[in-house]
Amino acid sequence: LVQFTIPIDNGDALKNAEADSQRTLYPYVTGTSIVAIKYKDGVLMASDMGGSYGSTLRYKNIERVKAIGKHSLLGASGEISDFQEILRYLDELVLNDNMWDDGNSLGPKEVHNYLTRVMYNRRNKFNPLWNTLVLGGVKNGESYLGMVSMIGVSFEDNHVATGFGNHLARPILRDEWRADLSFEDGVKLLEKCMRVLLYRDRSAINKLQIAKITEEGVTVSQPYSLKTFWEFQAFHNPTAGAQGSW
Amino acid sequence: MDLNLDAPHSMGTTIIGVTYNGGVVLGADSRTSTGMYVANRASDKITQLTDNVYVCRSGSAADSQVVSDYVRYFLHQHTIQLGQPATVKVSANLIRMLAYNNKNMLQTGLIVGGWDKYEGGKIYGIPLGGTVVEQPFAIGGSGSSYLYGFFDQAWKENMTKEEAEQLVVKAVSLAIARDGASGGVVRTVIINSEGVTRNFYPGDKLQLWHEELEPQNSLLDILNAAGPEPMAM
Repeated sequence: LVQFTIPIDNGDALKNAEADSQRTLYPYVTGTSIVAIKYKDGVLMASDMGGSYGSTLRYKNIERVKAIGKHSLLGASGEISDFQEILRYLDELVLNDNMWDDGNSLGPKEVHNYLTRVMYNRRNKFNPLWNTLVLGGVKNGESYLGMVSMIGVSFEDNHVATGFGNHLARPILRDEWRADLSFEDGVKLLEKCMRVLLYRDRSAINKLQIAKITEEGVTVSQPYSLKTFWEFQAFHNPTAGAQGSW
Repeated sequence: MDLNLDAPHSMGTTIIGVTYNGGVVLGADSRTSTGMYVANRASDKITQLTDNVYVCRSGSAADSQVVSDYVRYFLHQHTIQLGQPATVKVSANLIRMLAYNNKNMLQTGLIVGGWDKYEGGKIYGIPLGGTVVEQPFAIGGSGSSYLYGFFDQAWKENMTKEEAEQLVVKAVSLAIARDGASGGVVRTVIINSEGVTRNFYPGDKLQLWHEELEPQNSLLDILNAAGPEPMAM
């Protein structure tokens, strides 16, 4: 008896039929928008705590913003399992960084670059990590904020948003963002964006966290809910004067 | 993960109709979506057919609006010819006629509810395909999936008007918590021998469910109110 084994550790989904069954075809549990801005002392990042399973709001306590090393904050939208895998890669990266024990530590620029390479290389193998990542941080007094998409598109900016945030939050940020925002003004600006997302994004839930990173370090707020407004006269009886159904 | 503003307007929806001793209570959420975008966060999905008969609409917004309009038109003529208010059963069967004969083209599930002097309060469910089913209570729309267990446990015969309305509001609110396609405010319409009452329950006035938190004005209020460090590392 001769046995054949086909090695699939190359993970090259396009050429190898068996590796094919391993590639991500579509996401299952997904997180929605991340919105982040640079402000006076560093970077602020907001996200809700939802994990949707198609149209079901299945998980309501998912933390989609995590601290990386001492100087960075990573927020992710898209497939949660892929985000968890990325956190494992970064754990390894930070561990190796610490093992050098040379007084140096990875800054946000380096982490962003690493993530860009990971995402782009996976895209080239037709087996993407189905996420849009936001990387923010402060090192040696300099603030950094960047984004990487699942196809490897990578850039830096003063304010970024993923998913629906691109369409609903960025116009607000373009209008109202300033370089010298205080913490209070920054939080209020992010809350304004998150409230609009809550009204208009089907996969948003009313439970969010705002994370802050400064030279001192990272703080992630406790989960909280935003008040919403429904008392427009027009909402009370929209069909009162209707000729028919609308 | 894109907006897809060209997707047909659909009322993901949660719709409910419940009978009680004296009439019916109809309830619905208020979210209309185009793909993943919420096109209208305060829609009115409970539409009048006659003075005493209303219909809850779900599925395609366009299909349900046009079907309601045709049936309202037919019922108007029917009322004139009959010389008295149309019955709930006739209203339901007119909807069925359209839903069944156009089953290949329509994508709308409806719940007809009303009161007439012959049968009192009645609810008729008309799902996709055009089946008519008279029921003591009916649920429909994408959010209804989350309510089958709830109603199996919570439904009782011969509730009072207040009990029935509270049940409907609670149910729509539970569905909104889990169905991404439902949201906004809860609207109810109560129909009995005395007439019709419309009610409005805004999103922030509804009961909080599992893992939901009390709404705040801002994180800044929480930070300023608490004593020791409220932010965890």
